Amino acid sequence: MARLNVNPTRMELRRVKDRLQTAVKGHKLLKDKSDEMVRQFMLLIRENKRMREEVESELAVALRSFMLARASSDEESVEQAISMPSCRLDVKCGEKSVMGVDVPNIEISRLEGDLLPYAFPSVTGELDLSIARISRLTEKLLRLAEVEKTCNMLANEVVKNRRRVNALEYVMIPDCEETIKYIMMKLDENERSTQIRLMKVKSLIENAEDI
Amino acid sequence: MIKSGKLAVIGDIDSALAFKAIGAETFEADFSDVKNVLMDLVKKDEYAVVFVTEQLAETIPETMEELKNQTYPCILPLPSCAGSTGYGAKSIRKDVEKAIGADILGD
Repeated sequence: MARLNVNPTRMELRRVKDRLQTAVKGHKLLKDKSDEMVRQFMLLIRENKRMREEVESELAVALRSFMLARASSDEESVEQAISMPSCRLDVKCGEKSVMGVDVPNIEISRLEGDLLPYAFPSVTGELDLSIARISRLTEKLLRLAEVEKTCNMLANEVVKNRRRVNALEYVMIPDCEETIKYIMMKLDENERSTQIRLMKVKSLIENAEDI
Repeated sequence: MIKSGKLAVIGDIDSALAFKAIGAETFEADFSDVKNVLMDLVKKDEYAVVFVTEQLAETIPETMEELKNQTYPCILPLPSCAGSTGYGAKSIRKDVEKAIGADILGD
């Protein structure tokens, strides 16, 4: 460990001691934060995993049926049918704070308009079904997006926080302690040398008086 | 700050078209230009959620990683109509490894 580059004076000693105190306090706080963050992260990531598995299986079914529906009627009419969707999804996106990280908070206002804005004779009924399936999934998809983003951001924050904790624990605090020791030893040494000098001078004077 | 956002889908035509019906904007892309399309959408800053098919997301790991740091848009890799590649599940695992140090979710 390298000691800090300071002059061995009382003033510096006091300053470094203050720094050490702050570092120790900060270290404790950050460590607590880290623990809590990991706990929250675990809750969220389990939720994330569960939701993803659910969404993936449902989406696979929905997309497959959509593909089949496209295949069973001619391509142009399908594209024509859904190229002008009349329903619009209004998504309000705010932010909320999880352990000091600003994560997305998505609110879904209902689907507006007609879900199937086309003339029914032009396409097969399978298309209607598959579109209905996908639209039922929409809310889950958005929820999943929100949770997954939260997990991503929390994971990054946990890493960042851990670096801070380690930097304090293994660099900052030992450095300060070593510097304090160094300054104390220097000051003690100075004191002793002053004492000896005084004693020397005193004995010199006494010797001179004797003669 | 609350604003309203839009949905976007980036993917091959078959997968993207399905989402068009529920009001998402669709952008067709393939391996060569998915990065540009995605970055354009991010720059526009009017999309809340961008769905990207797993097949395409897999080809741009750096961009996906980079975008994880900003709140919006949420980029969500989804299986396309060709089926799942397991990319989404893998990225969950990666997050756990990053945060905890080991994959403790199990199977």
